Amino acid sequence: MEKAVRKYWPVFVLPTVAAFAIGFVYPFIQGLYLSFCKFNTIKKAKFVGLDNYKYALTDESFYHAFAYTLAFAVVSVVLINVIAFIIALALTAKIKGSNVYRTVFFMPNLIGGIVLGYIWKVLLDCFLSIIGQPLLALNERWGFVGLVILMCWQQIGYMMIIYIAGLQSIDTAYLEAAMIDGATKMQTLLRVKIPNVMSSITICLFLTLTNGFKLFDQNLALTGGEPAHKSEMLALNIYSTFYARSGAKWKGYGQAKAVVFCILVIVISLIQLRATKKREVQA
Amino acid sequence: METKKQTIGKIILSVILAIVSIAWLYPIFMILINSLKQERAISTTTVFTLPTVETFNGLKNFKEAIFAQGFASAFGYSFVITVSSLVLIILCCSMCAWYITRVNSLFSKVVYYMFVFSMVVPFQMLMFTLSATADRLNFDTPYKICIIYLGFGAGLAVFMFTGFMKTIPVELEEAAMIDGCGPIRTFFQIDFPVLKPTIISVSILEAMWLWNDYLLPYLVLDRKKYTTIPILIQYFKGSYGSVQMGPMMACILMTVLPIIILYLSMQKYIIEGVVAGAVKG
Repeated sequence: MEKAVRKYWPVFVLPTVAAFAIGFVYPFIQGLYLSFCKFNTIKKAKFVGLDNYKYALTDESFYHAFAYTLAFAVVSVVLINVIAFIIALALTAKIKGSNVYRTVFFMPNLIGGIVLGYIWKVLLDCFLSIIGQPLLALNERWGFVGLVILMCWQQIGYMMIIYIAGLQSIDTAYLEAAMIDGATKMQTLLRVKIPNVMSSITICLFLTLTNGFKLFDQNLALTGGEPAHKSEMLALNIYSTFYARSGAKWKGYGQAKAVVFCILVIVISLIQLRATKKREVQA
Repeated sequence: METKKQTIGKIILSVILAIVSIAWLYPIFMILINSLKQERAISTTTVFTLPTVETFNGLKNFKEAIFAQGFASAFGYSFVITVSSLVLIILCCSMCAWYITRVNSLFSKVVYYMFVFSMVVPFQMLMFTLSATADRLNFDTPYKICIIYLGFGAGLAVFMFTGFMKTIPVELEEAAMIDGCGPIRTFFQIDFPVLKPTIISVSILEAMWLWNDYLLPYLVLDRKKYTTIPILIQYFKGSYGSVQMGPMMACILMTVLPIIILYLSMQKYIIEGVVAGAVKG
């Protein structure tokens, strides 16, 4: 059978692989090459060696964006997962109407980043003007808080669904055994429930972490990096290096930053892969 | 069997959950009330107030958004792009995944791992070169951008399809082939129907991404001629001072409502699809 299928490769694989070459492989390789070039358009690229990387790795705004992204990622990962887990626990406690709550909490996840950003910009600006604070565009601290709130609103529902699936798959025999042995609720949670949903926890931690690191749309729509690039995360910093300034050198700098960013995301994913593999062996 | 204490606990929990879910829905409600208000009643301090008899604007904001602000055409382009890309991704990627799982060659392995790798790479890495490539190949229209989406979105689809394809017994296909089915017919008559649950999951994940995607169409499409919904909303926001809040709110509501309706009617599939994607990705 394999031989017969093999002959049909132009039908089965060619369209996807050709589009993949145009939409991913070629731009990726060209992007790698251009990170060593000075260019405004691709045709006029001039090789400059490691200059772009030297700039990117000494650029203060890039470091600021990195620190900001890291802080945001840590805060949002903790908040989203803790709240999502608590809600999942509540919704698996056989409460009336838990399906309705589940529906409500999950809903914001389907709304796109730009729309989400705008909705919260309107809400928060109004809230800030009522409590007499400067608006988001001038307010660094609230920009951060706003982003965290927005991401919580969007992602808690999603993580909650994964935690619910994990909690429901726990063998009830364990829970009954714990009850018969006289375990308190807290003991059941810490000794039975949490160890049994470790794989869900790993998945959610990494999902929220990578989502936090790659965040772009929400950042652009909510604060747009204001005030003065202070609320810029890595992806937006790269974008504004590319497109918000004119002059041939900036695109090269932006591309070099993008490569650094890409490596960072790949490293996180590799750690994730190892963490999930380890879990599988234990389970 | 429940003790009184437990019952009271459950009631308290229900009350808390109800309050939190009302708060959860508030942002959408806020958009709704403001889309019905007159322009002068939507300032930064009055966003929270309900429309009164004097400030009620009927459906004027919606008319303005649809006819004067380009919502109708943005909706149309978003729809064309989402549907065409989705059809192409489902069809091509499921076929590609079948070949990769059934033909055991070096080529298959290399292609597979490249697809997996592409899922990790952030868009910023190739945004400039990709838009330049699309420009040169004249893929900068809503009718051809689906080829770019097929290339860039293939990773997740192929990955999920191959994951499921491995569980389909080869014997079924072999039997069909012995009976004289060619590979193409075998795939469409034997495998494609079995793939249905995975097709639904992949469709939902990809559709959510395609419909909401902002940066790729913004950079690839010819901006003077074509706007999608996310681009339109970002434009609104970008034009400070002259921004018309009423139509803007109407726009957002009209963007969010179809998604909510679709979600409520297909909730089971959507949640299952999203979980399947998360657990595998």
